[in-house]
This record gives sequence, C-alpha cells and structure tokens, in this order.
Amino acid sequence: MDDHNTNRPRTMPIQSATFSGSVNAEIRRAAATGIYDIRGGGAKRKVPHFDDLLFLGASMSRYPLEGYREKCETSVTLGTRHAKNPIELDIPITIAGMSFGALSGPAKEALGRGATMAGTSTTTGDGGMTEEERGHSQKLVYQYLPSRYGMNPDDLRRCDAIEVVVGQGAKPGGGGMLLGQKISDRVADMRNLPAGIDQRSACRHPDWTGPDDLEIKILELREITNWEKPIYIKVGGARPYFDTTLAVKAGADVIVVDGMQGGTAATQDVFIEHVGQPTLACIRPAVRALQDLGVHREVQLVISGGIRTGADVAKALALGADAVSIGSAAMIALGDNDPRWEAEYNALGTTAGAYDDWHEGNDPAGITTQDPTLMARFDPIDGGRRLRNYLKVMSLEAQTIARACGKNHVLNLEPEDLCALTIEAAAMAGVPLAGTDWIPGRKRL
Amino acid sequence: MQTFDLEEQGLRALNQTLHGQANDTNQTSWEIINPRGSHAIAVGLDAPIEVKIKGSTGYYCGGMNKQADILVEGSVGPGVAENMMSGTVVIEGDASQYAGATGRGGLLVIKGNASSRCGISMKGINIVVHGNIGHMSAFMAQSGNLVVLGDAGDALGDSLYEAQLFVRGTVKSLGADCVKKEMRAEHITLLQNLLNKASANANPEEFTRYGSARKLYHFDIDNAGAY
Repeated sequence: MDDHNTNRPRTMPIQSATFSGSVNAEIRRAAATGIYDIRGGGAKRKVPHFDDLLFLGASMSRYPLEGYREKCETSVTLGTRHAKNPIELDIPITIAGMSFGALSGPAKEALGRGATMAGTSTTTGDGGMTEEERGHSQKLVYQYLPSRYGMNPDDLRRCDAIEVVVGQGAKPGGGGMLLGQKISDRVADMRNLPAGIDQRSACRHPDWTGPDDLEIKILELREITNWEKPIYIKVGGARPYFDTTLAVKAGADVIVVDGMQGGTAATQDVFIEHVGQPTLACIRPAVRALQDLGVHREVQLVISGGIRTGADVAKALALGADAVSIGSAAMIALGDNDPRWEAEYNALGTTAGAYDDWHEGNDPAGITTQDPTLMARFDPIDGGRRLRNYLKVMSLEAQTIARACGKNHVLNLEPEDLCALTIEAAAMAGVPLAGTDWIPGRKRL
Repeated sequence: MQTFDLEEQGLRALNQTLHGQANDTNQTSWEIINPRGSHAIAVGLDAPIEVKIKGSTGYYCGGMNKQADILVEGSVGPGVAENMMSGTVVIEGDASQYAGATGRGGLLVIKGNASSRCGISMKGINIVVHGNIGHMSAFMAQSGNLVVLGDAGDALGDSLYEAQLFVRGTVKSLGADCVKKEMRAEHITLLQNLLNKASANANPEEFTRYGSARKLYHFDIDNAGAY
C-alpha cells in the first residue's frame, strides 16, 4: 500500500479562530515594522448596537400619527442650564468635532454648508477654528482640547458653544496624533509647530486635573465669554454614570458621551478596539445619572459613536438622549470610502469601505488629506449638498418611527417603545428582550 | 485710577467692567481690592489697560489676556496667565501649578517661585521666574522662552518642541528629548532683553540654554524607551 496515495482522505485544514488570517497578518506586520498599527475611524469589531433594538410601533394601546399629515417636531435646544444663548437646532443630529488638519479645509467647509442647510451645528476639532468652517457654519461648537492648538479668546467669543473635550470614544484616556505627512505649513502655523513633524496631542488638559478644577475652568470660560455660550463636556464611553455625574457637578450645560464606535483621525488600533464601551452601553447609565440628579432634559445629553440612520437617532432619543452627533457617517456622506475610487484604494492596499489610513494623507476622495491635488477632487458645495440630503433623510426616518409610535416630537420617544433582539442589548439598553418582559439585571414585573 | 472692590461688587461685574474698556479708553488704570483668592480675576481682557490686584488670587488670574498689563501684589493660584496672547502679567509673590500654560504671547513675570508644570505646552509666551520652578516645567513646550533665575525641578522640558529654556541655577533632571545647548551671541542678546523687561538683575552669561534634541519629532521604534 502506498502511504503517499494522494487519494487518501486527509484532515481538512482548519484555520484557528484565535489565530485568524487577520491576526496572523498583524503579527507579521508588527514583526516587520516594529510599530503598532495606527489608523483612523472607530471600533470595527461587532458589538451590541442599535441594530439589536426594535421599535414596537403603535397597536391597540397606542395610536399612531398620520405620516405627512400630523406634525412630528424634531427641533431641540441645547444649553438651557446656564448659558444666556442656548443653541436651537432644527434637527437632533449634530456634526461631531473633526479637526482641520485631519480634514481638508474644503471638507470642513462642506460640513458647515451641509449642517447649516439642515439647521444644525458643526464642531471644530484639535487644531483650532478655520475661516472655512466659521464662515459656512451658522452654528459652530468650538472644542476646548488638551492640546489647545489654535486656542484663542477671539475664536472663543465668535463660536456658538464651547465643548470641553475630556475624552472621545475611540480612545478614552488617549491623546491625538497627526503624522507629519499632514502637517502642512498652514496646519503647522495654526498649531505653533514645525511643519512635517509627527504631532502628538496631550491626553489631558494642561491646567486642570479633575472635576473640581474643571468647575473653575468652566467659570473662567464663562467669564471670558460673558456667560453667553453653552458649555458642553465631551467624554469617551468609559464610566458613563460617574462621568456624567461629575460633568454635571463641574457645571456642564450639555454632556456628550461618545461610545467606542466613534471615530478618530488617527490612533493606535489596539486603543480603538480594546478601550471604552459600546455606544449602546453608555446611554442608559448617562441618562440615569441625569435623572438621579434631577437634571434630565435640563442638562442635555448628546450621544455619538456609530450613528448611521434615522432609526439609530430614534433609538438613542428613545433611550433618553436629547440629540446625537455624527462624524464617520458625515464623512461617508461627503464621499469618503466611495467605491468610485476603488482602483486607487486597491493601489493603497485596501478597498472602498475599509480605507482607514487617513493619517497618511493619501485619501483618494480628497477629504482626509492636505495634499492640494487630492483636495482639488472634492467639491465643498456638492459635498455640503450631499450632507444636507443625508441629514434630512435621517430626520425623516426618525420622524417616521416617532409617528408610528404615536409621538408628536421625536424627543417623546421612550424606552417603552423598544424591545431588544439579544440578551446583551436588552441588558445594556434596559429594555425587555423581544417576546418577554425580561430586562436582564432587573427584577421582573 | 478706578478702584473696584471685588468682595463688594462681585466677579461678574468686575470682568464685565474690564471687558467694557475700549482700546481708546482713558480709564487706563484699575485697582482691584479684596481679591481674597478668588478665581478667574481679570480674565479675557482685551484693552491696553493697567490692572493692579491688591492681594492674592485663585485659579486662572489673567487668563487669555490680550494687551492689558496686570500686576498681582500677592501670590497666584494655578494657571495664571494661561493661554495669554499679549500684554504682561507680573506676580510679586509665588505662582502655583501651570503658570503660563499654553500661553501664545506676552510676558509673564513671577518674582517668587513657580510650582510644577510652569510653561506647560507654551506656544510663544515669554516667562521669567525670579525664583525656582517645579517639576515637569515646559512639558511639551512648543515655542517661546522660559527664563529661570533659580533652579529647575525634575524632568525639565520633557517632550519639548521649539521653546527655549534658560536656567541660571541647577536642573534636577532633564525630560525626554531635552538637552543642553550652546549659548550663542543671539541667545545672550535675547536673554538680556527678557531680563531687562522682567526687571531681573542677572548676568545672561551665567545661564544655561536647554532645547529640543528633536529626536522624538518622528516616531522611531529605537526611541520607544523615551516615550
């Protein structure tokens, strides 16, 4: 008998679930380069999310509102607690902070154009305020970041709200980075740095360390701006109950909680995928903190991290948020990761939808780059229109759901309108598992 | 000279009054009495006025100052003159942590000592400390000049960018990427000018200059131990 008979049945090759193809590729990449993987975006791993929730809709016990006929409001006011001039938005969807530097000037302009047409706000980022975004954003939130790049009292006074950034969902506890390829002369000048260096942003603020100090810092910011501007505090999805409690104590008008699906311009992949909680897990603890302090709706809650559709918006609001914020989705609306650039994504070793090396500045779509040739591909007027359309669609979708649940304002959606498809989502969202009255972690009724 | 009693009239009224001073105001001299360690005194000023504070202050005195000349006849809490844009802030006593943090212009003079993280993340401000400074001073300092007539604590200039540090006394230790540098004629001239503006009686030749080795400007795995 021939031991080498090729017809003999063999054990089927089985790939390890632990050492998968992508894991092994990363080990080989690390061994070859000696540096951790840096990328943009948010967590790509599958985590419990809004897709794991469903609305119940109206039935015998509740009657729906007529679509296209009966009014369903979407307006929201942020900053009513202390500010003289709260921000009034037509829709409960805002544009999250993204820096000039990470994004091109025309991309920032497009965000301003689209948001303004849709009646909502945009947010600066780590790098200061540009004329493009101030000029095209009717309502602009100015981020107050640990790096303080570009920070100055004139811009502080000409913004519409101030967002003190304590952390972000992609990297709670981490600072930012912008690699040398994107530190053009203009970016360098705004940040007081030499052009072309790898820029690191500090992970914590230089002149306060905790909520007691922050309370005094907020006093200073209010004094400088004549108590006019709403002051937001943005935290990553770390300890949402305690973070929200302390933010209220520090004097926030608005609290922004950003879950781990929230994007960043660039940081370590290990940070994005392994630090912080999913957005879905952050909402109820944050709402509970506000309720325990008796300030739910007085201090507004903005949720961000993986918001994509009007259904996501409606679910976040139903769980108790006052508004949501989008970053990655807004970039996709502008044209980021569009399959029309597939050949160029392939040349960069990736594919449309997976491109996340934004820090390298080679974005074929001309959005996350400072390269003049690539930037010229992006039309800010068309980009603004696309963003406006997308925001309108999301709003219409949220209204559709709200009407189906019998609500005449999207903010009237409530946890009782929801059920969960998985035990995990039921536990995180604090709503019953579909077909049961069971909310894991709570006593049955 | 206008006198403002902070205890009686309150912080909001004080800052509102000072913010109301136009560039061509003829009420250029202000005296603030009874500061009693209050926070956010004279923040966000933007007019060529002189403000004298008769006593010690809390956090962020003179924060984000533009144009104004502020004198504190006492000591100051954390973050004095943080993010200052222009003008001068002079402290006759000591300063707590983060003095001149992220300052982008102007001159901060501390006639006593400054605590830790003096000049942290400075972006163009000039700081002259007549006494000593604490640990982690000039951390991630980007540009501007920090002059210390006394000694410096641990980890001076850690992760420094292009700011220049001049220390007359001892330095307990240097932070990552901060190195001793040659004092050339232009540095002596610069230093003499700063010392004159700060009314500091010292010989610039007695100072040592420190700056960035620029080895951490681009990530290199062989430098990972320094991060």
